[in-house]
Formats: sequence, C-alpha cells, structure tokens
Amino acid sequence: MDLIGDLQKKSLKETVPTFDVGDTVDVEVRIKEGEKERIQVFSGVVIAKKGGGVNATFTVRRIVQGEGVERVFPVHSPKVAEIRVKRRGRVRRAKLYYLRGRTGKAARIPERLPAAGSKANKGKGKASS
Amino acid sequence: MSAPKYMMGRKVGMTHVFTDAGEQIPVTVITAGPCRISQVKNAESDGYFAVQVAYEPVREKVLSKPRNGHFKKAGIDSHRFLREVRLDEPAELEVGAEFKVDVFEPGDRVDVIGTVKGRGFQGTIRAHNFKGKRRTHGNMNQRGPGAIGMHSQPGEVLKGQRMATHWGDERATVRNLEVIEVDAENNSIVLRGAVPGARQGFVQIRAARACRARKES
Repeated sequence: MDLIGDLQKKSLKETVPTFDVGDTVDVEVRIKEGEKERIQVFSGVVIAKKGGGVNATFTVRRIVQGEGVERVFPVHSPKVAEIRVKRRGRVRRAKLYYLRGRTGKAARIPERLPAAGSKANKGKGKASS
Repeated sequence: MSAPKYMMGRKVGMTHVFTDAGEQIPVTVITAGPCRISQVKNAESDGYFAVQVAYEPVREKVLSKPRNGHFKKAGIDSHRFLREVRLDEPAELEVGAEFKVDVFEPGDRVDVIGTVKGRGFQGTIRAHNFKGKRRTHGNMNQRGPGAIGMHSQPGEVLKGQRMATHWGDERATVRNLEVIEVDAENNSIVLRGAVPGARQGFVQIRAARACRARKES
C-alpha cells in the first residue's frame, strides 16, 4: 500500500495549466489580510520549474521599478489560485538563470508561435499573438 | 478512557502536505496498529495498573517457545512487539481486545519514541562538531581532536572528555508532535515534523506528556 502516494494525492490540484519555462504568466496569489482574502497578481517570466508531485515549484521573475524580483511558487499550493499563460516563449534551456544578469533588450525572449503542423507546438499552440 | 492513548507502528516516510490555510508543512507518515492487549496488570497481583500491548503478528517460528506460550495464554496470535503502558486506574479493556490508531485524532499532541539511525564509529568532528585543524602549513593531522588534557597536573584525562565514539542507534523521543491525520481503515497516522529512525523503523506513539500550550499561528 502506497500510504505516502495516497496522502500526496490529496494535496495535489486536479488540473494544472500547462506552462513552460520561458512563458510569461500571470500568477493569482491568495493573500490573507486579517479576515479578508484577496487576490494579487504576480506576472513575469517563468525561469525555472523544479521538483515533482506535491513538491513541484516554479520561479517567476519580473522587473519591478528597475529591480529584479523573483518569487518561487509551489504549483499545488492552494494559495496559487490561478496560473494564466499570457505569452509563450521560445527558449533552448530548462533554467533561464542567465536572465538575472540581463536587463532591457538583452533579457527579451522570442515568442513561440504555433507553426502549422510543427510537433513542438502541437496542443500547446494557443499563443495570443 | 477506553483504550490507552498509545500505538506502535513503523515509519513509512516523509512528505509535504498543504493545510487548509494554504501552508505547506512537513509530515511523517507512520503505519500504526492495530494493537492488541496481551496482559492486564492490576494493583492486587502486580502492585500497579498497566496493560501489555502487542503489535505486528508474526509466525510462531520467529519467537521463542515461552514467548509463544505467553500469547497462547492471552488467546491471541503471536506478535513481534510487546510493550507495557502504565495506567492510573484499572484498565477497561480485557485481554485480547484490539484497538487502532483512532485512539488519536487530528489536533492531538503526541510523543514519538524511536531508534535513531546508526552512524557507526565516528570521529570527533562528526560526533561532537569539533573544528578540526588547518589544512595547510604542514599540518598532517587534520581531523584529530587536539589536546585532550593538561600536563602532569592532573596527569590524567578528565572524565567526560569528548572523543571519537559510536553515534546513533539509540532510543530517542520527539515530543509534542501535532497529529495531522488519522486513518484507522488503512492503519496510518500522519504527524507534523520528523520522527527518529529510518523508514520501516519501529516507533511508539503516546499522548504527549509535557504538553505546553503552543501559540496558535
């Protein structure tokens, strides 16, 4: 009997949107202020995905007032209410840590466009052009 | 009190879960029970109140004849583990009675007793966090303990001087762990935090003795 697996399943979300490293996403985060709960959006580029199952996390990087800010979110955390992919990026690396040293033009990521019949984009190619 | 707040089990492993508040917490999964009463002790015959509890049925071949005879007398199968639980009042359970992990419920505080993983014979650096010596300037004794005493006064090494030693493989108690989940059907219990020992290791769970009120976060 797989007691640990069964326990973990309870913590997993039923559906997690597909997103990849290089994508620009809006992450809706539930924030508790006293009794009230509200949703804050953190948007930026996914620069890393780590772990599997309940331990899966992803790192989102954005530039706030000229300062780089990175947040690590557990994929299955109830505090992460929603992950919306705004733009798919074409990258050739699994971890985009090289973006940390770059700003402005150098930190651009080309958009991945759903080329007709291309294998890599099958089923994922819903980029909002 | 019906059944004693006590359980024996084996550690399954650790993982994370999310609480309702969205907090990610480390948990240990333990497969515990069912346990059976193999003997009841009372003030008249033994001078105190207690129950003897058995866990994990085994083939008779595994145990000695006297041990098997003890289980026969109680009218239950042979079990690998026997432990005694002291009680303040006469036991309400009879010999042969079975009880499960649902003696605990989520929110309870428990102590867990287990056997620490054995580390073998370890030097002072690993065993006592000694600093070691420098690696350069001709030093040929990098991990030694250094001086262990004075000169001819006192002329001996003081008692209690920390030296290389066997480490681990000893009993340890972790106190005041929070019960997160209890599943009597699958004989499993989930506790917040870590528990001594390796996976598959034998552990005992009892109601927390020194239950200081914790700040609710």
